[in-house]
Amino acid sequence: MNRVKRTLAPYLLVLPGGLWLLLFFVVPMVTMFSLSLQQGDIVNGYVFTGHWQTYVDAITNYQTQLIRSLVYGLITTVALVVMSFPVAYWIAFYGGKRKSTYLFLILLPFFVSFVLRTISWRQILTDDGMLLHPLKEAGLLSPGFHILGTSYAVIFGLVYNFLPFMVLPIYVALERIDPRVVEAARDLYAKPLTVFRKVVFPLALPGVFAGVLMTFVPASSDYVNSGVLGSSSTTMIGQVVQAQALANSNYPMASALSFFLMAVLLTGVFSYARVLGTEDVMNAAAR
Amino acid sequence: MTQRRFGRRDALRLGGTSALGAFLAACGVAGKGKPEASVAPDAVQKFWSGKVKNGKVDFANWPLYMDPKKPELKKFTAKTGIQVNYQEVIQEMGPWFAKVQPQLSAGQSIGFDLMVITNSLQFGQFRNSGFLAPLDHSKLPTYTANAAKKYSQESFDPGNVFSIPWASGITGIAYDPKKTGREITKLADLWDPAFKGKVGMFADTQELANFGLLAAGLKPGDSGEGEWKRAAAKLKEQKDAGLVRNYYDQSYVDALGKGEVWLTQAWSGDIFQKNVSDGTNFKFVIPEEGGTIWTDNFAIPVTAANPVDAIMLMDFFYEVENAASLAEYINYVCPVPAAQAQITKDAAAASGEDKALLTEVAGSPLVFPGDADYAKLHYYVDFDTAEEQQTFAGIFEPITLS
Repeated sequence: MNRVKRTLAPYLLVLPGGLWLLLFFVVPMVTMFSLSLQQGDIVNGYVFTGHWQTYVDAITNYQTQLIRSLVYGLITTVALVVMSFPVAYWIAFYGGKRKSTYLFLILLPFFVSFVLRTISWRQILTDDGMLLHPLKEAGLLSPGFHILGTSYAVIFGLVYNFLPFMVLPIYVALERIDPRVVEAARDLYAKPLTVFRKVVFPLALPGVFAGVLMTFVPASSDYVNSGVLGSSSTTMIGQVVQAQALANSNYPMASALSFFLMAVLLTGVFSYARVLGTEDVMNAAAR
Repeated sequence: MTQRRFGRRDALRLGGTSALGAFLAACGVAGKGKPEASVAPDAVQKFWSGKVKNGKVDFANWPLYMDPKKPELKKFTAKTGIQVNYQEVIQEMGPWFAKVQPQLSAGQSIGFDLMVITNSLQFGQFRNSGFLAPLDHSKLPTYTANAAKKYSQESFDPGNVFSIPWASGITGIAYDPKKTGREITKLADLWDPAFKGKVGMFADTQELANFGLLAAGLKPGDSGEGEWKRAAAKLKEQKDAGLVRNYYDQSYVDALGKGEVWLTQAWSGDIFQKNVSDGTNFKFVIPEEGGTIWTDNFAIPVTAANPVDAIMLMDFFYEVENAASLAEYINYVCPVPAAQAQITKDAAAASGEDKALLTEVAGSPLVFPGDADYAKLHYYVDFDTAEEQQTFAGIFEPITLS
């Protein structure tokens, strides 16, 4: 009896979460995959025909936007690592008693909705707005100079919006480093840079890894920033999916694009895990 | 052993794959409505028989399409005892259709008895799917008496079988005369290299296509694939020359206000309202080559719980006083010609700023266009089949999404 209980226990424990995933992740995913292989229109309904051509069309028609999304995601992620590491380092090692206050300050803007924050940047960066207008008046910028509608604006928005998702995991990893390890390295006459390179950074890697996961994937598939801050020459794949699904009711195309993007992102994430020597992605993210 | 044996695992795997295939085929999106139900000769009688007044109506409309104090709705409740739950939930036609389509095709209520939908691609989708209740014209006496006759001839719903207008509007060009430094009179100005990077166009493929067609000397109403390609080439030329700053939704008003664009495709009422509320001095013109006219329409979803209350409210807005007070606020084209005299009367009774404003509204060709204005206005591209729609979208989309 006891043995039965012991064998069943793990399954029972996984049941609530498992059911949740099955219902709200697996079922929609399978439905979406099925939809990507269907043909028809919204009025007469879609019928499953195993039409793989939609994938070919999706990739050939929208390769520019796909590549652009990945490039924007990559630039954003690199910029975030470079910006977040010093911040997280400073909070973890020099934050003292105020650590939680500093972390709270980083999170503070996030009490306002994502879309509202992005629209606020639009107000600030606009052509005759509070930032550019005085500079143009002073003759420091040409009257035609603009930021809105360029790739810079979109990447800026992405970096701004995803910053805490990089700072927090890196902070958590750094926070866990035992100060005695650093002390020991110094005792062994390691220079500060060597301590960082050989001790601190390798120990913080799981945090960087988690941060990259949490920013690269959503940044590449984001459609708000490029919609609000960009123009028709900064269209990202998320916008195409949105337009196909909502404006055109072309559900197969929207599903095919989403699935393809997911496949590309997963491949990217797993090869990144390989390179980093972290075999078990989830393990690294959870550490 | 060089060859792998076909083992139990493989059998399971194969079985799994074909089961997955069957499963994939079984799930998906049912788009089918019941088009035949609403075009049958007895459709009107069938839909309306047994339906009674329930004392409430849920009304879905676009933002900024009624005075926030809702004087007309208060009046309606006082007169009929029907409570109106007014919600500004419609922002764009495509997403609205996508949102309510699953409920409508399942025969469930969408939570609204009345909605305002534009004569867009989606109007056709609503109609062809059988999602719109056929209107009982015996319940619309005021509409029959007061509406301008031309509205019964609109190509998207001839004879007003499923819809009657809420308001119409004109798509033309809005500009900031201080920035352009000259008067803007024609579509060709949107292609003028002098305004490089300062031109705004609409992201909506139909609106965009209409201007491309008109600029290429074609008529949207009777265009086909060949014409669409020519229009797209014309628009591509404009884009490649770096003239277009962006393709906008309603946010073009903001972009014009912030100097992001100097001249832009625009909807008539917006500019009037912007000038009044922000004290700006933008101009709106119907281009020499022509502009387009569109209509936002009242329609009752087939699954409405309170259709009788809804149709009473529709008819109520055709009483001259109500039509006039609505037009005074929203400044879009009013479907009731007699409202013009009413607004002139209201202007005479008002004083100061209000008087000036009402006089302007009554005399405005944007609210009450004359025959000469109508001659310059074109209807939208018509589609016969869903395939045609997809072809159209495929031609114009690469311009806005690139």
